[in-house]
Amino acid sequence: MGITFRKETFRDDFTFRNSPEHIRRFPFPFHEDSYMYAVNIEPHVVGPKGSVLENLIDVDEHYVAEMQDRALVLAEDPLRCQSLPHMTLAGWDLLELLMEQQALGYPEHFTLTRDGDRWRWINRPLGIDDSFTFGDVSTLPYGPMEYITRQSQGDFCILDQRDGNLWMDAGMVTTQADWSLDFDIGMNFFEWHAPVPLAHEKGIFTRALKFLTNIQQGKPARRLNWTMTVNPRLDTSPENYHKWGPDRATVTPENVGEKVHLRVELQSFWRLPRSNGIVFPIRCYLIKMDELVTQPKWARRLHRVIRDLPDELANYKGLTRYRPTLVEWLSKLDDGSPTSPGFGPD
Amino acid sequence: MAAKSIISRPVYGTLSPQPGKHHLFVADAEGALAITDLAAKAPAGFFGDVHIIFIPGHDGKHVAALEALKPAQFYQGHSFASALPRLKQTLANAHMGLRLYLAGTEGLIGQAMQAALEAGIDHTSIQTEHRGSLARRMQCVHCKGITENVITQPATCSHCGLLLLVRDHYSRRLAAFQGVCINAEDRSEIPPMEEIFR
Repeated sequence: MGITFRKETFRDDFTFRNSPEHIRRFPFPFHEDSYMYAVNIEPHVVGPKGSVLENLIDVDEHYVAEMQDRALVLAEDPLRCQSLPHMTLAGWDLLELLMEQQALGYPEHFTLTRDGDRWRWINRPLGIDDSFTFGDVSTLPYGPMEYITRQSQGDFCILDQRDGNLWMDAGMVTTQADWSLDFDIGMNFFEWHAPVPLAHEKGIFTRALKFLTNIQQGKPARRLNWTMTVNPRLDTSPENYHKWGPDRATVTPENVGEKVHLRVELQSFWRLPRSNGIVFPIRCYLIKMDELVTQPKWARRLHRVIRDLPDELANYKGLTRYRPTLVEWLSKLDDGSPTSPGFGPD
Repeated sequence: MAAKSIISRPVYGTLSPQPGKHHLFVADAEGALAITDLAAKAPAGFFGDVHIIFIPGHDGKHVAALEALKPAQFYQGHSFASALPRLKQTLANAHMGLRLYLAGTEGLIGQAMQAALEAGIDHTSIQTEHRGSLARRMQCVHCKGITENVITQPATCSHCGLLLLVRDHYSRRLAAFQGVCINAEDRSEIPPMEEIFR
């Protein structure tokens, strides 16, 4: 038996929910009761069954609805998917990676068959059955990166490696936490991270770049990042900030549990075999406060993290306006008792 | 001079004569003074291989000073837009050994560099020197329109009318700073507009 895909929305009536099983597998990002930046990169290896790491490319109950939301974003704003001319080969690398991983992890939903360059891809949840020639863009309805990332959860950045740096030269970015691919495309690693506070001074990006430029084929790495979002909205782009920004002023003590969401990015980093580029999938997981606090350990810990977050970070993450309301609401679920080590629920 | 800021914000240097076969200068207004300062340090005969594209602005100053350097080619443009076809052709026909020097306002340096990048020139090989106004070229992240000569913080997008925070985040590809709605969360908050990019 496969995944039961939910019918839900990430806009307008916001019917997004997590099932009880998906609440327990949520990648809670805090291993202790406080948070500060760190180069928290580790090997991206398969994790426990039933976790988001059971497969290296995770497909979950939100897959179909997320792909529908992506199609809506792209219809409105095609600039969310761009690839500089030298990045087509890397797009084919990514297509291969995502087809292989999805077919490997979820054979009941995806099938890839290959006869030399002649490939057939079956994606049952989205009703796709396409035959094409690998390497020939005229045999697909979109460029290779766009084709496969319209069928894969998460944002994708493809980085070109040259001059000892990584360059953001292609991407599919429709579920971003407030950064613009259209503005940042063509920038190097330090430039596109320029607006992040505190981390440059701590040498975070210098060390992270050193690590990333040394990633080897077949040995991907990962890290978690997080922010918060009001309403389960995937498209929190700067492009549409004037449309979703007002949501942040709608948080009240009565609606915190339903409106405020922890947004966790599982970022992974993979060397691509033909182009020598790096693909950087940013897989976004959302959980509303009502769902999160069903795990008492997470409720206590999140209260302490948000309460003690440095103001600069709270501001960068866009929490400032509703942080007091959120902290007050969470404080009622924190009896002050210690939390167990590690990320998982008790 | 521009204040120290975040890493994506361009930093400019001081023009100095580079080894090369041909030298292309693009400058506007007070950028001419960066070229005449360079001339004082240049080896004899340097300007025999020089092409200057100069946009003097409405007061027409500095033209005579540049002509007095006796460059092999001198062009005086009415605006960057009118100079751009000539710049693009010069870059397209350039050979190895061309050196590029940009001087003047940030908008001029940025747009000339954008043309050079499109012609395949590495941005680190380009000499730049900022002179004159700190007015910014800004892209509205919402409607994508470019507003030229922004001197206030915040600034109004000349295309969609949103009130924008002019960030230090800069794109060489767009030759523009990023403008992001400053009161998106509550449109009734209207911060005072100050002239800070003079």
